[in-house]
Amino acid sequence: MASYRDLLQRTKDEIDEIEPAEAAGRADSPLYLDVREQDEWDEGHLPGALHIPRGYLESRVEAAAPDRERPIVVYCAGGARSAFAARTLSELGYGDVRSLAGGYTEWKRNGFPTQLPRTLDAGKRSRYSRHLLIPEIGEAGQLALLDARVLLIGAGGLGSPASLYLAAAGIGRLGIVDADVVDESNLQRQIVHSTKSLGTPKVLSAKGAIEALNPDVEVVPYEERLTSENIDRILGEGWDVIVDGADNFPTRYLVNDASVWHDIPVVHGSIYRFEGQVTVFRPHVGPCYRCLFPAPPPPELAPSCAEGGVLGVLPGIVGSLQASETLKLTLGIGEPLVGRLLLVDALEASFSEVKLRRDPSCPVCGEHPTITEYVDYVEFCAGPRAGAPA
Amino acid sequence: MTRVRIPPTLRTETGGEREVEADGGSVRAVLEDLTERHPALRDRIWEDGEVAPFVNVYLDGEDVRTLDGVDTSVREGQSLILLPAMAGG
Repeated sequence: MASYRDLLQRTKDEIDEIEPAEAAGRADSPLYLDVREQDEWDEGHLPGALHIPRGYLESRVEAAAPDRERPIVVYCAGGARSAFAARTLSELGYGDVRSLAGGYTEWKRNGFPTQLPRTLDAGKRSRYSRHLLIPEIGEAGQLALLDARVLLIGAGGLGSPASLYLAAAGIGRLGIVDADVVDESNLQRQIVHSTKSLGTPKVLSAKGAIEALNPDVEVVPYEERLTSENIDRILGEGWDVIVDGADNFPTRYLVNDASVWHDIPVVHGSIYRFEGQVTVFRPHVGPCYRCLFPAPPPPELAPSCAEGGVLGVLPGIVGSLQASETLKLTLGIGEPLVGRLLLVDALEASFSEVKLRRDPSCPVCGEHPTITEYVDYVEFCAGPRAGAPA
Repeated sequence: MTRVRIPPTLRTETGGEREVEADGGSVRAVLEDLTERHPALRDRIWEDGEVAPFVNVYLDGEDVRTLDGVDTSVREGQSLILLPAMAGG
């Protein structure tokens, strides 16, 4: 029967070690993999290191480090746990794995660079635990969400689920633009509001609900209607993503033009009766709203939900998709709906997609823009057809 | 025959039908046949002999503006989607 000492020695004979000085001098930027426990990591680690406690190594490493050809330097505190980890990694097919001799202790004693991690406190670790378990999010991702600033246009049907899910996910700062007050006819779908907030401004009603859900979130209420006059001030306050849940065309074209000029991606959603549309407009990367819809339909062809109705749960579906796209953009993961328009049909329970392309002749984001400052959006949307027989 | 998807805002003009059929070898021909069969659609889709700029037309998921416009040829089994913008939120 082998003792621990025998087992360690045998393992070290099977793997390759690397001295801190050699590791620090490497030019091929290996992946540093820290297999220590959370409390050790919290006291400091190698810059840019990936943290997977040894107990989770086998289950998590493939998702976190999919490239098996990339050189890996695995380390622990003194070089024992990392030796066992190195052998495991070799067994998992990683081709170039070395264990840091003397571990973090030796690295630090030699004066090589270390980094103190920004970490979540115990409360946040518990609140966001189901995010932390996902390799694509983890602690770094959750910290990115907590640093993110998202501006919601409208606290209505789409803004309700979007704001609640973004708040629950820990988006650190949520701006909400809406000039309306909560009306009884809103409550069939606008779930961020409640019967007791009837008559109060929507931004304040939403702020109350969001803060009750998650006190980590700072809500910035803009109790005003978005216009050419105030949009630069509001967008200028620094937003990473805009969630467009407006209920009218002038605001949608205004948000589009401003987002292109401010270079802020827009997660677009729109709904009518049983059907919805979702896409992501990423300025200068994908198409913008004007590439998709160069002209708004005449008013008689564009009834609002107030005129034509909407299934109460539909904005729940579409607004949740907008929240999902927003989280993906914030985390830089997955395939956002850039250049794709997702069509949601609740009656058919179907999702279909059409392709969107940038229009080189787009008046706002095209090669030779002809619209370079705000226009009169109400007049633009009333259009030359206004009053013309349909 | 080409299946044409009718958006909710144009269904009054098709008697409530969500999907209708029309015939033709090009997008223009299909849409002309469509508006023959459903005359109420004519003024909704056509503007001065062209497809109105606020109506997007997709052939098998591709915007026909990025193909050959209304002259894009339509083969048997392909489907069209008519899609105007919706503002509701």
